[in-house]
Amino acid sequence: MTAFLNHFSFEFRTGIRNKQLLLMNYLFPIGFFLMMGFIMVGINPLFLETMTPGMVIFAVLAATLLGIPDPLVNARENGIFRSYKINGIPSVSILIIPALTTMLHLLIVAAIITIVAPLLFDAPSPVNWLNYILVFAALAFTMASISVLIGVVSPNSRVTVLYSQVFFIPSIMLAGMMFPFSMLPEAVGKVAQLLPATLAMNAFNALAMGNAADFAPWGSVIILLLGGLMAFGLAVYLFSWDSRNFTRRGHILLALLFLLPFVIGIFVL
Amino acid sequence: MQDAIIKVNDFRKVYGDFVAVDGISFSVQKGEIFGLLGPNGAGKTSTLESLEGIRSPDGGTLQVAGIDPTREPGKLRNVIGVQLQSAGLPESITGDEAMKFFCAYHDVQPRFDLLERLGLSEKRNAQFYELSTGQQRRLSLALAIAHDPQVLFLDEPTAGLDVATRVELHELMRELQAKGTTIILATHDMAEAEEMSDRVAILLNHKLATVGTPMEITATGAGLTKVSVRTKNASLGASTAPIPAVAQRLSMDEYEIMYSTDIGPTVSAVIAEIEARGDTLIDLRVERPSLEDRFLEITNHKNGSTGGTQ
Repeated sequence: MTAFLNHFSFEFRTGIRNKQLLLMNYLFPIGFFLMMGFIMVGINPLFLETMTPGMVIFAVLAATLLGIPDPLVNARENGIFRSYKINGIPSVSILIIPALTTMLHLLIVAAIITIVAPLLFDAPSPVNWLNYILVFAALAFTMASISVLIGVVSPNSRVTVLYSQVFFIPSIMLAGMMFPFSMLPEAVGKVAQLLPATLAMNAFNALAMGNAADFAPWGSVIILLLGGLMAFGLAVYLFSWDSRNFTRRGHILLALLFLLPFVIGIFVL
Repeated sequence: MQDAIIKVNDFRKVYGDFVAVDGISFSVQKGEIFGLLGPNGAGKTSTLESLEGIRSPDGGTLQVAGIDPTREPGKLRNVIGVQLQSAGLPESITGDEAMKFFCAYHDVQPRFDLLERLGLSEKRNAQFYELSTGQQRRLSLALAIAHDPQVLFLDEPTAGLDVATRVELHELMRELQAKGTTIILATHDMAEAEEMSDRVAILLNHKLATVGTPMEITATGAGLTKVSVRTKNASLGASTAPIPAVAQRLSMDEYEIMYSTDIGPTVSAVIAEIEARGDTLIDLRVERPSLEDRFLEITNHKNGSTGGTQ
């Protein structure tokens, strides 16, 4: 336990000390939140209704997709995992600790956004705080797990950016943060339901903000959690200590299995 | 073999169709400093990584302190210490954090004294990327020995180090050896291998070319001993008197240089010749073939006979 806490403590401090992680964990999400607050509200007053959960979701996407995978890939390519293996550091710790520390950073950023948005922009606060925290936790866990999985299967930094952007850009455009999900064409809406951010936005709106749901809100939370669990399980299964490991378990295409709950969600929600 | 702490028996490692190590066997005695030498691609890294439990053998057996590295990695990690050639540490970790972090996983108290011993006391709070190459290597070594391992693997430990640090590191290796630690030293520095190793193994073309003490290995070659003589009147250069056991002779920079197959008769004859010519000896140097000479001889011979390395 001492070892785990030591590892956690070091990783958490890295999230602030490392300039790239500081940017993705704090500066980018908070800067984007302030920019959207000052500009977007004037252009589209309806944005204010979903500003708080929308910006929290943005913070989660930035810190996880843009912050978690690349350090994992670099650590593997630079022999850091080999050194960890020699010293008996379990692979599960290598994967879960960056996920947990990022979630802790996100908790701080989400708290800042949630407190500042009503004060600075007169954005509505959550009406059900417990559900608000629950949906946030489910989204943060799922996105952290998916990001860890990307870090595990990505062969290098360039591919990592590509994989991350496959989720990041569509999530910004289609998840309901910039404009309501109900405005999407039906077919696009179905594709958008593959994105964890869409399910989280729906759950935030219905369960925490007192707005109408576009589809089953509790089902969205369950699908989110199942997707996160599958992604983390696959990351542990597919984990490789270094890029010269010719005995990796399973094919990297297995990673796509984490989408299964989201695909099922399209039909059942 | 009774006190062997490392046993490698018919070890084989392949990557797809590529045979990295092809059935090598050797043992290392407890408390030895054992040099592992060979050109790039000879199979050193695969051998080391398999002994360290990073890779699994594709044939043969390995044992480190009675432990099978593949089957009992949990036991192995507290028995071995490894200083990797690559950094092996996150760039933002500090020396203090790294010491706490690794010692916690080994379930031992942090050894901050080692950071001081290795000249890192002023850099304990510097991040890893802020350290020089030498400081990074010293930190890596401090972490490798912090849990007092029975077997220490050093991969190019002195590459990039200044002379004083190198001497300090060699002293530390001797201290560890005196305490009973077995050290596996993988290096391209032949002088270091010859100076520090009790025995060395030379890997070539994925096989074991030779194993023995540096003295044994240098003695088994065709190596000629170099005898360099300088006299007051440089009379030897003009002498046509035969000197026994000299295979080759030349003059260079006021020195008469002879390559001898049998050093005793050669030196006796040279001194007699100087006296006979009424000259005065100013300098006489005898240089036995070095491990590097023998290494080059082995690699050149094997490469010539097998058609080149991989």
